[in-house]
Amino acid sequence: MILIWLIAILLVAGALAWLTGRWSKRAPRWISLVAVSADFVIALVLWSRFGAHVSLASHGPWMEQVNWSWVPQWGIHFHLAMDGLSLLLLLLSFFLGIISVLASWREIQDKVGFFHLNLMWILAGIAGVFLAVDLFLFYFAWELMLVPMFFLIAIWGHERRVYAAIKFFIFTQLSGLLMLVAILALYFIHHAQTGQYSFEYGDLLGTRLPVHTALLIMLGFFVAFAVKLPMFPFHPWLPDAHTEAPTAGSIILAGLLLKTGAYGLLRFVIPLFPGAAHRFAPIALVLAIVGIIYGAVLAFGQTDLKRLVAYTSVSHLGFVLLGIFTFNSWALDGALMGMIAHGISTGALFMICGQLQERTHTREVGRLGGLWSTAPRMGGVAMFFAMGSMGLPGLGDFVGEFLVLVGTYKAHMIGLTVAAAIGILLSTLYALRFIQSGFHGPNVNQWSVPDLVPREVVQVAPMIAILLWLGLYPQPIFNTFKPTREAIEKAIAPAPSPALSARVVSRLQLPRPPGVVARR
Amino acid sequence: MTGNSLIALLPLLILGGASVVVMVAIGIRRNHLLTLWLTLIGLALSFASLFVVAPYAPEQVTTLLVVDRYALFFMGLVIAATFAVVLLCYSYFTRHDTQPEELYVLLLVAALGSAVLVASSNFISFFLGLEILSVSLYALNAYHQTRREPLEAGIKYLILAASSAAFLLFGMALIYSQLGTMEFGEIGSRITALGGVGSPVLLAGTALIITGFGFKLALVPFHLWTPDIYEGAPAPVTAFVATVSKGAMFALLLRYFSGAASHHFGAVFAVFTIIAIASMIAGNFLAMMQDNVKRLLAYSSIAHMGYILVAFQAGGEVGTEAVTFYLTAYFITTLAAFGVITVLSTRQRDADALADYRGLFWRRPGLAAVFTAALLSLAGIPLTAGFVAKFYIVSAGASSAVWLLVFVLIISSVFGLYYYLRVVVAMASGIHEETAAPVSSLVPTLSASGGIVLAALTILLVWIGVYPTLLLRIIHTTLAGVL
Repeated sequence: MILIWLIAILLVAGALAWLTGRWSKRAPRWISLVAVSADFVIALVLWSRFGAHVSLASHGPWMEQVNWSWVPQWGIHFHLAMDGLSLLLLLLSFFLGIISVLASWREIQDKVGFFHLNLMWILAGIAGVFLAVDLFLFYFAWELMLVPMFFLIAIWGHERRVYAAIKFFIFTQLSGLLMLVAILALYFIHHAQTGQYSFEYGDLLGTRLPVHTALLIMLGFFVAFAVKLPMFPFHPWLPDAHTEAPTAGSIILAGLLLKTGAYGLLRFVIPLFPGAAHRFAPIALVLAIVGIIYGAVLAFGQTDLKRLVAYTSVSHLGFVLLGIFTFNSWALDGALMGMIAHGISTGALFMICGQLQERTHTREVGRLGGLWSTAPRMGGVAMFFAMGSMGLPGLGDFVGEFLVLVGTYKAHMIGLTVAAAIGILLSTLYALRFIQSGFHGPNVNQWSVPDLVPREVVQVAPMIAILLWLGLYPQPIFNTFKPTREAIEKAIAPAPSPALSARVVSRLQLPRPPGVVARR
Repeated sequence: MTGNSLIALLPLLILGGASVVVMVAIGIRRNHLLTLWLTLIGLALSFASLFVVAPYAPEQVTTLLVVDRYALFFMGLVIAATFAVVLLCYSYFTRHDTQPEELYVLLLVAALGSAVLVASSNFISFFLGLEILSVSLYALNAYHQTRREPLEAGIKYLILAASSAAFLLFGMALIYSQLGTMEFGEIGSRITALGGVGSPVLLAGTALIITGFGFKLALVPFHLWTPDIYEGAPAPVTAFVATVSKGAMFALLLRYFSGAASHHFGAVFAVFTIIAIASMIAGNFLAMMQDNVKRLLAYSSIAHMGYILVAFQAGGEVGTEAVTFYLTAYFITTLAAFGVITVLSTRQRDADALADYRGLFWRRPGLAAVFTAALLSLAGIPLTAGFVAKFYIVSAGASSAVWLLVFVLIISSVFGLYYYLRVVVAMASGIHEETAAPVSSLVPTLSASGGIVLAALTILLVWIGVYPTLLLRIIHTTLAGVL
C-alpha cells in the first residue's frame, strides 16, 4: 500500500501545485518541496526497516508490494513491488527531486504552477518505472514520464528548446515502441507455452525461448534502454536535451532518466534473457568502451559548459553499461554505485551550471573565467564535484569506476580494462577544463557575481556529504543491493537448460558475433 | 415481417421519425433552441431503444438488415457521436446569422443512414444506407451559405462520393453477375464453394468494392478529397465526417469481408496490406507539412485508418475487437479535437491556423488541456484512450504475426508524433510574451453546450485510457460469436 502512496503523493501534489499556481508563485514551490520530502522520508523509513537486513529471504524477492487486477481480460495487473535495487534508486529519485525543486526556486518565474505539475509528474513516472513489475504497467510508466519532461524542456528550456524537446521525445518514443513489440512478443510466446495471458514479471521470467527469438526480443528491450542510457550510437538526443532543459530538467534527465535505462537492463534484459544477453555481451561491451572514450573526448571539446557536462554522462554511463554486461558481482556493484554517484555528482554540476547562468546569463566557456576570486564558495563546490566526476578516490564515482575495472579485469577482459582506464584518464581532462574555464584564470570580463546564498548552500551541503559517504563507506548500499545482485548473477550463471543447449549445439555452425568474446 | 422485426427496427424508426418531427417543427416555428431539444430527445430515445432491442438480437429483418449486437453496438456509437456533434453544432451555429435549424434534420438523416449501414447484410441496404448518408453530407458540408470554402467542400464531396458510389455499384453488379446473390453471407458461402476469388470478373468486382470503401474511408490512394473537405466544411460537420461516416463504413467493411470471407484470399489480403502501408506512411508524412490544423487532422485521420487496417488484417476475434475498440477510442478523441476547434471558431472563420493556437495554454488553459489530451491520444501516449487502442492494435498484429504492418505502424507513428507535438508546442509557446495581447483575434466565450461535450469527452478519454476494462468487456460480449 505504501508504494501507492509514494506515487499518489506526487500526483496529487502536482495537481495542487497547478491549481494554486494561479494565485501564488510560492505555494507550488512549497507544496512540491513538502511532497517530495515526504516521499524521501517514507523511502528512508522503508530502508531502515528492510535495508538493515542483509538477507531478505523471509520477505521473498520483494520487500513490499501492491498487486491489484487492472485489465483482467489481458492479464494486466497493477503490480508495484520493491526490492533493494528499486529502493536505492527511489531514494536517489526523491533526493534529486528535492534538489531540483530547490534549484528551480528562483530560476522559474513563469507559469510556476504548471512547471511544478510537470516536475511532480515526471518524478511520479520515474517512481512508477522503478516499481512496476507488470510489463504493461512498466511500459505505461515508461511512456508517461516522457510527456511532462517534454513540456519541461519545450516551455522552460533555453534557446533551442523546441528542437531539443521534439528530438528527445521522438528518440525515446521510437525505442519505447520497439520495446512494446518485444513485450508483446514475449507475452504471446508465454501464452502459447502456458495457455495463460500474463504481463507479470515473475511469470515471464520462466519463459523458454528459442535462441534467435530470444536475441530478437532482447534487442527490442535493449534498444529502449540503450537510448535512455545512452549507449554510443543512440546518444544524439542527449546533448541537446540536457543543454536546453532548465536546471531542474537537466538534473532529472542526467540523474534519473538515464538511470531508468540502466535499471531496465538490470531488471529486465539480463534476468529475462540471460542466454541472449550472454551472446550479445561482446557487442555491448565494445559499445560501452566506445561510449566512455567518445563521450570524454567530446566533453573536452565543448565550449558550452552544460554541453560539456552532458557529454560526460555518455562517458560515465559507458562505465555503467560495461559493469552490467561484465556480469560478475564486482562489476555489478560498481555499475550500481556508478549510477548513484553519477546522479549526485552530475546533478550537482548541472546545478552549478544553472547557478552560473542565473548570475552571468551565459554558459560559454570563452565568456566565463576567473570567477573563483568573486565567488570562492561556488568555486570550491564546483571543484569538489568536478573531482568527483573525474573519479578522485574518496568520492562515490571512484568506487563505482574502480569496481567496474576490477570486475572487467577479473573477467579476463584485459584489453577492455585498459581501454576503460584510458577513459578515466580522459575524464581528468574534461573535469579540469570545466574548473579552469569557469573559475580559474584571469577575470577578463570583470565578473562580480554574488556567491552562494543560504538556500544554495542547503542544496549543496547534503550532496557533498552523500558523495563523500558513498566514497568512504559504501557498504550499506552494497548490502541493500546484494539480494538483487545475487538474483541477477543466478539468472546469468547456470549453464543453459538442456533443451536450450541442445539447440545451441545444433546451431554451432553459426558464426559468432563479432567483437571481443567474453570468457568466463 | 413479424412483430419482432418491427421491434428490432425501433432505433431506425425513431431516428426517421425524429427527423420528420424536427422538420415539421421547423415549418411551424423557427427556433434554434427548440430544434436542438427535439433533436436531442430524438437521439436519446433512439439510444434508449437500443436497450429495448438488445434482448431480441440477433434478428434478421427481411434479407436486407440484420440487427445483431454488433449492429446495435455501432448504432450506439453512431447515435452518441451524433449527439455530441449536435451539441457542438449548436455552440457553433448560434454565432452565425445563417438559419441553422435544417442542419439538425440533415444530421438526423445522416445518422439514420449510418445506422442502416452498420446493420446491412445485403448490397441493397448497403447502397441505400450509403446514399442516405452521402446525400445529407453534401448539404452538411456546404452548410454556410455565406462562405465560399464550405460550398467548395460540398461540391467536391458530391463529385467524389458520387463517383465512389458508381464504383461500388459496378462492383456489386459484377459480383451479382457471377454469384447471383446480393446477401453477404450467401456471397461468402458461394465464393468458398467456388474455391476462392478465382474468376477475373469476381476479382474485378471485389477490387471495385474496395475502391468504394477506400474513397469513403479516405485510404491512400483514394484520399485526395480528405484535406479539402476537412478544411472547408464547418468544424462540427468535419467532426461528423471524420467519425460517424468513417466509423459506419468501417463497421460495414468488417461485416462484409468477414461475411463474404474473401479477405483471406491472397490477392485481396495483399491489396489491403499495400493500402494500409501506403495510408500509414502517406498520412503521417503529409501531415508533417501542414500548417492548418484541420488539414493536419485530415492527414492524421488517413494514417489512423491505416492503423485500423492493421488490426483488420490481423483478423480473428482479437482483430475484430481491436478494430471496434480503436474506432470507439478514435470517435471520442476526434470529437474532442474537433470540439476544441469548434468552440474556438468565430463568425469570421474556423480556428484552423496553427498560429491561432499559440499560447493557448496561457489564455485558455482548460481548452488547451482538452486539445492536448486529444492530440496525445491520437499519438497514443498513456493515460489516454488512444494509448490503449494503439496497444490493442499492435497486440492484435503481434498475435497474428503480421510483422511488416506492425513495424510500419510503429515507424510511421513515431513520425506522426512530430506534428502532434508541433501543435502542443504551439499551444505552450509564448510564455515570455505576456498574455495582455493575445496572438490571435479568436477569443469567443465558451458556450455551455460546447463545454459540457468537451468535459464529457475528456473524462471518457482519460477513463478509457486508465481503466479500459469495462469497455473491453462490453466489446467482448458484443462481438462474441457475431462475426
